[in-house]
Amino acid sequence: MSDQPAIKTENLGRIYKIRGAKKGEARQRVALADVNLEVPRGEFFGLLGPNGAGKTTLIKILTTLLAPSTGRAFVAGYDVARQPQEVRPRINMVSGGESSGYGLLTVRENLWMFGQFYGLDTKTTYARIDELLQIVGLADRARTKTSDLSTGLRQKMNIVRGFLTDPEVIFLDEPTLGLDVGASRDIRHFVRRWMDDRPGRTVLLTTHYMVEADELCDRVAIINNGRVLACDSPANLKRRLQREAIFKLEVSPLRNGVLAAFEQLPGVRKVVHSPQDGRSELDLILEADEALGGVVTALNTHGAHILNLQKREPTLEDVFVDLVGMSMTEAEKAGEQELMGG
Amino acid sequence: MFKTFSRSFFPAAWLGWQIESNWTDPFLFLAFSIAKPIASVLILVFMYNAVSQAGPDSPIYSYIYLGNAFYIYVTEVMAGASFSILDDRERYRSLKYIYIAPVSIPIYLFGRAVARFTTGTIAVVITLVAGVLFFGVPFNPLGVDWPMFFAALALGIVCLAFMGIIIGSWTLIIRTEPWFVGEATAAALYLFSGAVFPLSILPVWLQPVGFLLPMTYWLELIRRALLGPGAAAFPTLSAFSNAELFGILMLIAVGFGIVAFVAYRYFDRRAREEGMIDAQSNF
Repeated sequence: MSDQPAIKTENLGRIYKIRGAKKGEARQRVALADVNLEVPRGEFFGLLGPNGAGKTTLIKILTTLLAPSTGRAFVAGYDVARQPQEVRPRINMVSGGESSGYGLLTVRENLWMFGQFYGLDTKTTYARIDELLQIVGLADRARTKTSDLSTGLRQKMNIVRGFLTDPEVIFLDEPTLGLDVGASRDIRHFVRRWMDDRPGRTVLLTTHYMVEADELCDRVAIINNGRVLACDSPANLKRRLQREAIFKLEVSPLRNGVLAAFEQLPGVRKVVHSPQDGRSELDLILEADEALGGVVTALNTHGAHILNLQKREPTLEDVFVDLVGMSMTEAEKAGEQELMGG
Repeated sequence: MFKTFSRSFFPAAWLGWQIESNWTDPFLFLAFSIAKPIASVLILVFMYNAVSQAGPDSPIYSYIYLGNAFYIYVTEVMAGASFSILDDRERYRSLKYIYIAPVSIPIYLFGRAVARFTTGTIAVVITLVAGVLFFGVPFNPLGVDWPMFFAALALGIVCLAFMGIIIGSWTLIIRTEPWFVGEATAAALYLFSGAVFPLSILPVWLQPVGFLLPMTYWLELIRRALLGPGAAAFPTLSAFSNAELFGILMLIAVGFGIVAFVAYRYFDRRAREEGMIDAQSNF
């Protein structure tokens, strides 16, 4: 392995042309803009952002599936656009939320075949398959046809496929998407253990699950609308909000327009409102505890009753809110509306 | 180079065979393998009987029967190679994982074409046996020039695989309904390949298309190898010796090989620019 960083991007950008755009509508969409990242070898690096933020686009470029529109990207020291044949033996990828794989092959056959594509000899391939299937709890399904596997088990097989080749850099694109809690936990444990056992290997994980990024990643880049807004360790990112006071309130349902009034209150930095069944949830980022009094008074003025109030430590979600001005869910909705509006 | 060939070709051929032989139960597979080729050739046999009084002894009958039987390879190998791209991308959602592996996609397609060649061979053999046993196709195993037959067959299959790679590469960038591309191309080329009638029947301005296609020379060589002098049903290519036909076929094979290489590089670059490697077409 060379001493080059595992991943490096320089002013990386990607623009998609919008097919069938009518007159007056946007003809292109910026998926990535001026992304500059450097991931040293041995790091567990996370890309955190809502759906449509540009995470998958970045992974596609880094894995040689997609050409960048501007800038350059390097994986294991090789230019992904100009030297894809040097990049490919050194990487692998697992995407979540899809049912890839040849359903007519058994789990073992599917995995063996991918081992062959990477030039592994059959003995080594089978030894690794058996070991990895054991670790992810799929050993008893080795001879089951892939089409007979549940979504979670199929995703575990895909995880094994990705790690089977012992790549220098592995890209995990929402690997736990759509999985139940138990399967997600198993996969997180497996990936963490793989990293611990192989210093020098690098993982790039995209996720929109804050807890996943917080639990696994050495560093996290927060990305929205194709731009990297911040990049640091989860602890350092959260430290940005250490001086602020963060409260979670459950109140009776709020009337329209009340939220705007809260944001005008002195000491209130951000308010995120999540309507729930028969109640409202408010996440407040305040400059200091003292600002809470104003919020409580305002709630009373608008006839809302406090059902629950909790002060809590900052999370990566709060960091995202602080950077973007809205929650991850709201950012996703905003992105969808922007797309629909052209 | 050998390593890339080995890890691209052999697993692809193995996968292709698994897909081709396991898509249904053995009984249905056998029925389909027998019924489909025989049905297609029977249509021509009955049409021939309806419009011609010459009977099966006429060289034209063997010309049509063999041309049609061996054209099965065109659909299987050429269309099959391009279909592999779609199968992997759209049905199995695995193309992106194969694409980012250190394999050569053209060689991978070549491997997949080998599996289609195998199933094609089953269909061709069944059609030929049925022709000899039931439909009066003259065939004398002792009179066959077997070395010439196998040499022509191999060269023709290589040409078809190159054509499959060209169409498969093109398929990479087609967004809407790309499933028809391989079979539609095979069907369109049927007209120009001299499979069921000689090129001289085509309008003069269309004949050059036929003369540029490898199938034209390949089918002629196959007929000559299997039937000997009886292959001379039409004078279109009779001026060419076997060696000349082989030479032309060889040149065309090299030409298609170069075009396949260039086409793959071009369409691969475009597919990466347009984000089509893992796209789903609008079907």
